[in-house]
This record gives sequence, structure tokens and C-alpha cells, in this order.
Amino acid sequence: MYEIISKRRLNSTITWLVIKAPLVARKARPGQFIILRTDEYGERIPLTMAGHDSEKGTIDIIYQAVGKTTLLLDQFEVGDALLDVVGPLGRPTEMEGLKRVAVVGGGTGNALAYPIAKGMYDTGIQVDMIAGFQTKDVVILEEEFRAGTSNLYITTDDGSYGEKGFTTDKLKALIESGEKYDEVVAVGPPVMMKFVCQLTAKYGIKTVVSLTAYMVDGTGMCGGCRVVIGGENKFACVDGPEFDGQLVNWDELIQRNSFYKEQEQEDMVHVCRLTGGVRCHD
Amino acid sequence: MINLVKEKNPMPEQDPMVRNKNFKEVSTGYTADMAINEAMRCLQCRKKPCTGGCPVRVRIPEFIARIAAGEFEEAYQVISTTSSLPAICGRVCPQENQCEGRCVQGLKGEPVAIGRLERFAADWHREHGSGEAAAQADSNGRKVAVVGSGPAGLACAGDLIAKGYGVTVYESLHKEGGVLAYGIPEFRLPKDIVSSEVSALKDRGVCFINNAVVGMSMTVDELFEDGFEAVFVGTGAGLPQFMNIPGENLLGVYSANEYLTRINLMKAYKPEYDTPIQISRKVAVIGGGNVAMDAARCAKRMGAEEVHIVYRRSMEEIPARQEEIHHAIEEGIHFQLLTNPVAIRGTEKGYVCGLECVEMELGEPDASGRRRPVEKKDSNFVLEVDAVIMAIGTRLNKLILETTENLSANSRGGIGAEEETGATSCPGVFAGGDAVTGAATVILAMGAGKNAADSIDRYLEKRV
Ligand SMILES: Cc1cc2nc3c(=O)[nH]c(=O)nc-3n(C[C@H](O)[C@H](O)[C@H](O)COP(=O)(O)OP(=O)(O)OC[C@H]3O[C@@H](n4cnc5c(N)ncnc54)[C@H](O)[C@@H]3O)c2cc1C
Ligand SMILES: Cc1cc2nc3c(=O)[nH]c(=O)nc-3n(C[C@H](O)[C@H](O)[C@H](O)COP(=O)(O)OP(=O)(O)OC[C@H]3O[C@@H](n4cnc5c(N)ncnc54)[C@H](O)[C@@H]3O)c2cc1C
Ligand code: SF4
Ligand code: SF4
Ligand code: FES
Ligand SMILES: [Mg+2]
Repeated sequence: MYEIISKRRLNSTITWLVIKAPLVARKARPGQFIILRTDEYGERIPLTMAGHDSEKGTIDIIYQAVGKTTLLLDQFEVGDALLDVVGPLGRPTEMEGLKRVAVVGGGTGNALAYPIAKGMYDTGIQVDMIAGFQTKDVVILEEEFRAGTSNLYITTDDGSYGEKGFTTDKLKALIESGEKYDEVVAVGPPVMMKFVCQLTAKYGIKTVVSLTAYMVDGTGMCGGCRVVIGGENKFACVDGPEFDGQLVNWDELIQRNSFYKEQEQEDMVHVCRLTGGVRCHD
Repeated sequence: MINLVKEKNPMPEQDPMVRNKNFKEVSTGYTADMAINEAMRCLQCRKKPCTGGCPVRVRIPEFIARIAAGEFEEAYQVISTTSSLPAICGRVCPQENQCEGRCVQGLKGEPVAIGRLERFAADWHREHGSGEAAAQADSNGRKVAVVGSGPAGLACAGDLIAKGYGVTVYESLHKEGGVLAYGIPEFRLPKDIVSSEVSALKDRGVCFINNAVVGMSMTVDELFEDGFEAVFVGTGAGLPQFMNIPGENLLGVYSANEYLTRINLMKAYKPEYDTPIQISRKVAVIGGGNVAMDAARCAKRMGAEEVHIVYRRSMEEIPARQEEIHHAIEEGIHFQLLTNPVAIRGTEKGYVCGLECVEMELGEPDASGRRRPVEKKDSNFVLEVDAVIMAIGTRLNKLILETTENLSANSRGGIGAEEETGATSCPGVFAGGDAVTGAATVILAMGAGKNAADSIDRYLEKRV
């Protein structure tokens, strides 16, 4: 069992959990993820590790409640325990040889971008963080980014906080003003990552993206997480989750991520209306 | 007294049109009377040709004689001197190619139903046995790690604990059993049986650490640093293969591993579980092995109206167990033989809507001795389906090879290990089962685990 050590709400839907998982914490590195199962009836869902403490044997996750499993996760309080946590999974972020990087996060993607940005900054890489949100109310991790990166630029779509506009606008402005990046890292909704990659392709800047695909085992056993990179099938869980964004087949990824939409929406209705988030059959 | 009937006592089974809508076990098992009657068909041949066909040399005439005498617990004890998982092997061994394939009764009629009798004895023991733990040596204070909890790992762990070693099994999934848990469906191998084998090992002191991916959570080399003196690697051959034909990433194309895992491990067939799965109307399963049969029969039970097995050779070459093919046909699965898929077609929204195939004919025998299928010109046709399940085999996951220093691969890409001993290129590291041979059988994996336990014991005795 994997006990919840602390729980902190970052905004109305995003929450930061610290979970006891000593075997995972011992080996965790930035860019890697875990797969968890809340209880016996639960599905296995992947979540990026936002941090870890190998001495205390804990890992951090930041998740957004978007559907049944994440809503169930919301019901867990400090002292409760998750049934299963497995990891670390996936390849860690590659940082070798990098001196200057721009990290672009969109919405919840900022939670996935945070460990990458901080991990790079901690090894001495200069990191410009562009964190984009829809509006002021949902801005997360501002203090963490300020402490864990070289420069922080916040953008909101409606201009209610930071600069008005999209993350791509800000990235373009920085590049146009003469900032030189060895690499751009983009994490967010696939559409945003696709646009970032289109932009950086024009300037010839290598761009790494972190892909979210449907996963079951996370060890290369099911093939459900296959994504097309440079015309070739790769398994996001073991070959990724980070890939060269300019080689990703975005349309197919977006399509594959919609596979279970109907069932998921039905499940949501069950959580919200029937059980108020708590399972009724045990 | 000998029973002269030429046919096996039939196995009581659920009606095909009932069972193809539920996940309960297809065959319900012999009663004591049936078992005794079947046991009396055995001629007690002095040369035991049947035993020669069994990869772990179960003392077949001996245990059958015990059943004939009504001494069921004794029958179980005879089997368990050489086999660790009789309730499982009795159900899933390809008996026709092994023990029963050599039975002299098979020359003029049907062979003795060795598998069914083995299952009977094991089930009887589980339900009526004294529950007394098997003989066990005193703890010798030395630790061995087992990686993977499939039949290879379970058998190795059981034999090592009996020899007095402290045994810890590391498993990457949240549940023990390997393919027995995530691949082979409930209706063929009830999960309670797998759990009871695992519980028995726990009762005897084997420690299981699930959610531990060796190579990621810790490496084999780190297991030695943690005080283990030997490591057995039984990680299976779980990497699914695709055909590399157009349309394989459409919505509704599954690897058999994914489809079966969602159903068997993640219980997508039970409404109280959250696991999503596509509910398909017409399904094509590509392949002709046990995995293909399991996927097809699961699809039927998940409510599909039409399920096709698409296999490029003929019924002569089909590799699945006879019993599974027979059961699949009874349950209404269509066999589209001498047929090879060339492309998967999709709707505008990306959902599968058809499988384009070509007809095949058998040409000259190839290296494996089987006649090689060749395409018939201009024979393309489209099978209308909304799901395609790829059951064309699995390869080896490279994780352990890539993360263990000095561990060498074999020519098949598996972990290089001596067949008899399981010894690898790394001192103290042993390997066996599908991880070495590629996809094979439960009994071979179990045998490899037992052999490795013996050689680990010899290795550690020398290294006091
Ligand atoms: C490598 C990886 C890292 C991730 N890291 C984070 C993170 O740090 N924080 C965060 O909030 N989210 C993260 N996600 C996404 C997270 O896994 C999904 O939001 C979650 O699974 C939703 O489950 P649900 O039942 O609550 O919602 P649902 O309504 O069931 O699903 C909502 C959407 O989430 C995705 N999803 C659902 N099930 C899975 C699954 N088994 N595997 C992958 N995606 C799925 C699909 O796109 C789906 O449409 C990550 C995904 C991946 C693949
Ligand atoms: C659907 C299906 C049906 C089958 N039907 C039959 C049948 O009827 N009869 C028959 O004889 N055989 C059958 N087989 C084949 C048989 O199941 C296998 O040959 C057998 O299970 C191999 O045993 P194993 O212990 O080597 O590996 P597996 O059973 O594959 O077990 C390996 C275990 O190791 C774990 N693992 C993998 N990597 C790691 C890691 N890095 N760290 C920790 N754990 C890890 C896996 O999660 C798994 O639990 C079938 C196979 C399938 C897939
Ligand atoms: S273990 Fe398998 S092959 Fe051996 S006797 Fe039993 S059923 Fe036959
Ligand atoms: S070969 Fe057949 S008849 Fe002879 S001992 Fe074996 S099971 Fe009995
Ligand atoms: S999640 Fe199963 S192979 Fe990647
Ligand atoms: Mg869900």
C-alpha cells in the first residue's frame, strides 16, 4: 500500500500529492512517470513524477481531475493509501550537452513540464520557462517555477494574468529577440505541442515533447501506447514518453487519445451522480 | 480391472451457446466416478511411453493407478514430486503433443485422458487436501531473488524455498502469475487456481514484491548489492508484434496482449471494474495459436456477433491446442483459413471498418517443414469488422538484457542460458522460460524454473 503523505490543492481541479513509494523514489529521475491503481476496481493510469525524495522514500505527483479515476483520486486524503504504484517508468529526460533551453508548458502540461524544467535547472542548464494558462484562476506552480528556473514567463489566453496570448507567441517573441536555445521542450495539449513544433521547425530548433498515450502496463507488454515517430511505431511507455516533436504524427496521436471518450464520459456521470465519487459496491 | 472403452470419458462442459456468453470455466471437471473409470483405461505399461512425452516426466501410470484405487490425495502427491503446478498443467498442456501423444491407447482409440486426470487429482487436493505444507528444509539463511512470477518464476521459487533458501519474487504487474494471470482467460484457467498456487507459496515463506519492474525499479546488479546471492530471471516474452500493414493504428486494433490484459487482469468484463474496452460487433483475430483462440473466445463473450480467426495456413498446421480449436468452433467462432491480411481499413473518424485480406495456397515445405503459404493472385477481399486483434506472436522485452552488465543474448534475442541449468553469462544469474526460449508452453517454463532451482542450489553450495 502506498500512503498519501500530503495533499495540496493548486487550483480547483489540480492537486499535488506526496505518496510513500520507497522503491520508486530510490531510482526516480526527471521525465519519468508512475502508474497507479486506486483500488481493486480501478484502472491503471500513468502520471508524471513532479519530484521525489529518495531519503524519505516519497514521490510527488500533480494531477488534474478530468475523469473517473482522477476524481476517485481526489477522494483520497492524507493517511489513506493507494493500492498500487509502479515505477519509475519511461526514459528520463536527456540533458547532456544542453546549456540553454526553453520549456513551454500548457495548462496541466505545466505539471509535467515542472520536473523537466527544474531537473535541467538543477544540473546547471539555463532554463527559460513559458507557462501558459487559460485564465488567472487556474495558474499553478508560479512560485515553484520562479525558484526552479532561470526566467519565468506566464501567459494567459485572456490576458487576466501575465502576458496576454499563447505560449507560442511568447516563444516566438523570445526567439525573434535573439535568444538562442539549444533545445525547446514542450508539454501540454497535443495541439499546443504541434504548434510549438511547427514554430521551432522554422528556426531549426530541436524540440522535445512529452506524449501522453493510453497505457496499461507501462512496460512494453501491451502495445496500446503506440505512437508514430518519424513514420515508425514506438511504444510511448518504454521508448518515451519524450520524443523529437518534429517527428511526431500529431493527428494520429490526437485521434488515438479519443478512443474511449464515450465510455469515459459515461463513467464520469456514474462518479458524479450516483456515488459522489465514492465506490458504492464495496 | 481394465476399462476397454476406446474413447475417453467425456469431459462435462457448459453448453457452447451458454458458455460463449459467460466467463465461467468451460470444462467443469470429472467427478470421482468418472476419474476412476477413466483411470481404469490405463494399461500400466511398463515402459511408460506417456512419461517420456511429458517435459517434466510426471510419473503417469503411478498416479493413475492411485486414482483407479480411489486414493486421490496419494495421486496428487505422486504428481507433485515432479510438477509444481498440476492443476494448471492438467488444464493447459498441449497433451496431444506430449503425454497423451505417446499413450499406447491412442494407437487404436483415444489416449487415456492424462491431462483431465491430472487436473482431477490437483483439484481434489485443493478442495479436500489436508493443507499440510510440503516438506521443507530448515532455513539456510541465504537469499535468492526471482524476477517474474509466471510459471517459471513460481516453480523456481517453490523449489528454492523447499531447499531452505529465503526467496523474494519481484513482479512488475500488480498481480502474480504472468501469462496465467493476464493472458489465459478465466474460462480456461480460473484465476482462483492461480491465486491458490501463489498463496501456498506465500504460506511457505516466499515473499512477493509486486509493482517492481526489474531494470527500472532496481537492476539485477543491485539485487546482488541488496544481499541476494543468486537471481533467477523468468520475465517471459511479452513484447507484442504487429504486422506492419497499413491501418494498424486505427481505433479498434489491439495486440492480443492488450485485449487479453484488459479482460483478464483488469477485468473489463465485470461491470464493477473501471477498465475501458471497445465493445465490438464483428471482430477479426489474426493468428492461429492459443493466444488467438483465447482472444477470439473472449471477444465472443464480450458480446461480438461475429468473430473470425484469420490464419494464413490450413487446419493441418494450426498451432493451437486441439481442445481450444474444438471449443472455439463449438462456440461459433468462424475460421477464415488460408487467408492473410494486407491492410486494415478505417472510417473517417479513424475507427476500424474492414480487414482487407488475400487468399493463400500452400506451396513447398519451408525450413520448419511446414508447407509455406503463398498468395493467390487477385484474390483480395474485405472482411467487414470493427475490431482487429493481432495474435501473431510476441518477442522478448530487452529491459533486463540492457540493464544487466555482461548478460548476453542468445540467437533468438532472448536471454542466453544453458538449457539444462539455466546458467547465463553472468555468474549467479540464471534464466528460463519464455525469456530464454521465446513464446513456448507453461510446462516448459515450469520445468526450466525447476531446473534452475537445482542448479542455483549446486552453485551456492560450492560458494559457501
Ligand atoms: C506518461 C504520461 C504521464 C502523464 N502525466 C500526467 C500528470 O502528471 N498529471 C496529469 O494530470 N495527467 C497526466 N497524464 C494523463 C493522465 O494519465 C490522464 O489524465 C488520466 O489517465 C485520466 O484518467 P481518468 O479516468 O480520470 O479520466 P478519463 O475520463 O478516463 O480520461 C480522460 C483522458 O485521459 C487520457 N487517459 C485516460 N486513461 C488513460 C490511460 N490509462 N493512460 C493514458 N491516458 C489515459 C485519455 O486521453 C482520456 O481521453 C499522463 C499521461 C501519460 C501517458
Ligand atoms: C493468451 C495466451 C495463452 C496461452 N495458452 C497456453 C496454453 O494453453 N498452454 C500452454 O502450455 N501455454 C500457453 N501459453 C504460453 C504460456 O503461457 C507461456 O509459455 C508461459 O506462461 C511462460 O512462462 P514464463 O514464466 O516464462 O513467463 P510469463 O508467464 O510471461 O511470466 C513472466 C512474468 O514476468 C513479469 N516480468 C516481465 N518483465 C519483468 C521485469 N523486468 N521485472 C519484473 N517482472 C517482470 C511479467 O509481468 C510476468 O508476470 C499461452 C500464452 C498466452 C499469452
Ligand atoms: S504435466 Fe502436462 S505433459 Fe506432463 S503429464 Fe501433465 S498434462 Fe501431460
Ligand atoms: S501409455 Fe497410456 S496406457 Fe500406457 S501407462 Fe501411459 S497412460 Fe497408461
Ligand atoms: S503501456 Fe503497454 S506497451 Fe506501453
Ligand atoms: Mg478513465
